[in-house]
Amino acid sequence: MSGATGIALAALTAAGAVLLAAGFALGRLTARRAGKDVQDLGTPVERATFHTLHTASLAAPPLRAGLTEDTARKAARRLRSLLGTEALCLTDRTAVLAWDGPGGDHHRDQVVERVAEVLGSGRGQSVRAACDEPDCPLRWAVIAPLTGEEGVLGALVAYGSRESAVLVRAATEVARWVSVQLELAELDRSRTRLIEAEIRALRAQISPHFIFNSLAAIASFVRTDPERARELLLEFADFTRYSFRRHGEFTQLADELRSIEQYLALAGARFGDRLQVTLQVAPEVLPVTLPFLCLQPLVENAVKHGLEDSRTTCRVTIAAEDAGAEAVVTIEDDGVGMEPDVLRAVLAGERPPTSGIGLSNVDERLRQVYGDDYGLVAETGVGAGMKVTVRIPKYRAGVHRDPPSPVQE
Amino acid sequence: MNQTYAVAAVSAVVLATVLIGALGLRISRTTSDFYVASRTVGPGLNAAAISGEYLSAASFLGIAGLVLLQGPEMLWYPVGYTAGYLVLLVLVAAPLRRSGAYTLSDFAEARLESPQARRLASLFVVGIGWLYLLPQLQGAGLTLEILTGAPDWVGGLVVAVVVTGAVAAGGMRSITFVQAFQYWLKLTALLVPALFLVTAWWGDGAPRARFDAPAVFREHTTVTVDDTVRVDVEAPLTLTVSGRVDSTAYEQDRVTLGEGGHRIEAGTTLSFPAGAHVPERAATGGDPLGWSQPLADGRDGHQLYATYGLILATFLGTMGLPHVAVRFYTSPDGRTARRTTLVVLGLVGGFYLLPPVYGALGRIYAPELTLTGAADAAVLVLPDRVVGGTAGELLGALLAGGAFAAFLSTASGLTMSVAGVLSQDVLPSRGVRHFRLATVLAMAVPLAVSLVATNVPVADAVGLAFAVSASSFCPLLVLGIWWRRLTPPGAMAGLVVGGGAALTAVMATRAGLAPKGWAHTLMAWPALWSVPLGFLTMVAVSLATPGRVPAGTPAILARLHLPEDLAGRPRPPGQPEGAGR
Repeated sequence: MSGATGIALAALTAAGAVLLAAGFALGRLTARRAGKDVQDLGTPVERATFHTLHTASLAAPPLRAGLTEDTARKAARRLRSLLGTEALCLTDRTAVLAWDGPGGDHHRDQVVERVAEVLGSGRGQSVRAACDEPDCPLRWAVIAPLTGEEGVLGALVAYGSRESAVLVRAATEVARWVSVQLELAELDRSRTRLIEAEIRALRAQISPHFIFNSLAAIASFVRTDPERARELLLEFADFTRYSFRRHGEFTQLADELRSIEQYLALAGARFGDRLQVTLQVAPEVLPVTLPFLCLQPLVENAVKHGLEDSRTTCRVTIAAEDAGAEAVVTIEDDGVGMEPDVLRAVLAGERPPTSGIGLSNVDERLRQVYGDDYGLVAETGVGAGMKVTVRIPKYRAGVHRDPPSPVQE
Repeated sequence: MNQTYAVAAVSAVVLATVLIGALGLRISRTTSDFYVASRTVGPGLNAAAISGEYLSAASFLGIAGLVLLQGPEMLWYPVGYTAGYLVLLVLVAAPLRRSGAYTLSDFAEARLESPQARRLASLFVVGIGWLYLLPQLQGAGLTLEILTGAPDWVGGLVVAVVVTGAVAAGGMRSITFVQAFQYWLKLTALLVPALFLVTAWWGDGAPRARFDAPAVFREHTTVTVDDTVRVDVEAPLTLTVSGRVDSTAYEQDRVTLGEGGHRIEAGTTLSFPAGAHVPERAATGGDPLGWSQPLADGRDGHQLYATYGLILATFLGTMGLPHVAVRFYTSPDGRTARRTTLVVLGLVGGFYLLPPVYGALGRIYAPELTLTGAADAAVLVLPDRVVGGTAGELLGALLAGGAFAAFLSTASGLTMSVAGVLSQDVLPSRGVRHFRLATVLAMAVPLAVSLVATNVPVADAVGLAFAVSASSFCPLLVLGIWWRRLTPPGAMAGLVVGGGAALTAVMATRAGLAPKGWAHTLMAWPALWSVPLGFLTMVAVSLATPGRVPAGTPAILARLHLPEDLAGRPRPPGQPEGAGR
């Protein structure tokens, strides 16, 4: 009977789940046991080294975000256990950022004065901690400067109960290690700034030729077809407003496509029937968020390639499709194409691109935002046109749409 | 019933779905046709798509069957299925859209900034998706069995193959249009025959359906019992029997069954005279009807509890259904998402007016279904019974097509979202090919289960999916959107305790492990205790781990609750840099 089958099946499923869980637990347990039995983890010295390296690696991630109160608090705990001191304090140039260990209440104020000397000289020093409380364990302080590319950023203060050359040496080395992490943080920031600069460059890149050509094309319509000239001027205004907008790293596919349409309308005014464009857009993917100006350079590229051979017409096809958790955008032209090796070199940044910074910049930004799986995929050959495919995840942590640009900027 | 019409109708629906899905609205546009980009999916279209995807076999066939069997108490089902969108509208729709999340796992990650929470949420998405797919496949099997006499696994296989093929091949290119089309198809398929049926019923002198007394055979009726059943006879009943009743063999003999329980063996044919009362099917522990029994069975005193259990599960479960949540991404912004939900309320509410009509008419014209237990078939057999002739056959074919549209749309939506989560969080992500693999996997598991476990009532696993969803995702969404102190450990504990408890309880009931009486009622309708349990665990563990509140919480909550053109603006207008331009 069917009911019986249902019961048997449900029972079987439940039994299977229980068995699976039991097996998993057993496996974990035995694995842990086995790990305990086979203790070939090196000599005590080696193990101490591993421990130190592990602690250091734990302290690194917060510092990679730069020297702030939050990151200092997280790092100070790890650093103190690394140094094994009574108390540890991290400061920037003006104030105490984090204090780990006892004595923070009364030593905090003095330390800023002491640190000021170190900041001035840039040299570490070991000083007696003037303390009035008899049972306070903080007697000696080692102050080591933390340096970045732009000089001394702050100081690391390690407190001990007595004067010790070992502590001085250790604190100096740890301060040096922290300085390296801070320099890396600066490097990260400058890389971000570089990318921002490239986006600005992309915006600037649009201007000269395109603006001149568009205005010339519009001018040719002013007498023959004033209505069209007016429409084109409005397209031009909208297009430049979008491309020159100052804020925001991300935009919606709908906005990017609209700007592409405007671009194509202006290019169409110039090239007339020679430029034929097909758009296939699934409405489901229009709300997808993507890096600002990451499709428009590709379309410009396609138009340029397509019209390089001046005798024929060019067909550019832009398609945006819905593919589950991703949107797939393809931009295809039937122009002169490219030697695949040349394209590879351009994408790898080994060869200066022939026109603008289009492809490699877009590729880099996509990889930076979505990971290496989401780089550009280009299919091309000499005389075979080019097809560029961009995959955009519908959601990625940290990718938020910026509000549409206000009308007046 | 004439098979040709029905098969033609089903084939037409399948073909239309595949064609629109694969080729779809790939109408090429040239630049002369501007502003394609501004044509985002409007609230009306999106709402029709959500409704099309949402109205599953449980709605199209199941509700009429339940009303036929157990009367107006069952109207809580359509009420609950609809009201779920009210809760969604008020509490969730706009913030969910503003979060930028595509799946529910995305929401967990965005709100909690925790990859582990994301992975756990993904598990629940896949689990609920599978639970919901199962009855779709089984309903398809039942429909095709009634229409063509094919073995009951064929229908499920057809739906599975069509959906997997369509989704894997094209990723359902224009899925919004397909689903919107399916909604209107389903509505038409139910509305047109209903008009004919009601007219015929009117012409018949408008007999009243009685739910407080046993149903009555209107004419001499012959019923063949496919599965062995126990029936309760309230007054002595004389009928002609071929087969075995109460272990006695009969061959076209007139038998009078006395008051009390009787056992009718499989394959027995009973001929009832006109005016005879239909014997009521008795509920037994493993009986497929047992699940919905507490709600109808007012006599054991658990009815009120069970009703509230159902209400809570359906009201709060809708927001956690993976294929519903995914659709909101298509709305351009939060305000549109809210408007969409409002339209969905109207569309779904309108649709649900129809199935009860079929249930009531079925009580009058096809009462033997209460005896054979195939009440889910009520919608399909009624036109033939009431209207008859070619007209009846055509209407029946229309209903069959509509029912298949129901399976296809819900199954494809679920497959899409389950496959999306599988390819994103379970399988290593490597482009489109992995999405296809995930699609096959997403469908293979429920198909395999549906082939092994036959004849589980359609509403059953749907209710289970709702209960699990209400106990896991409802707390996550509501607290995630409205409570700033939610922490990742709290959310994960709530998911596991609330959702896990609901899942265990219903699985145990299905396996027949639950003892009789109150314990059975509690476990068969877990929502009433598992939803508060989920909420409490989430709140308690979050309060116990105040240090783990994600650092970006204020920013995220601001983004969730402020309209898009206010939130996230880098600097308010009037500040130096803005003024300088």
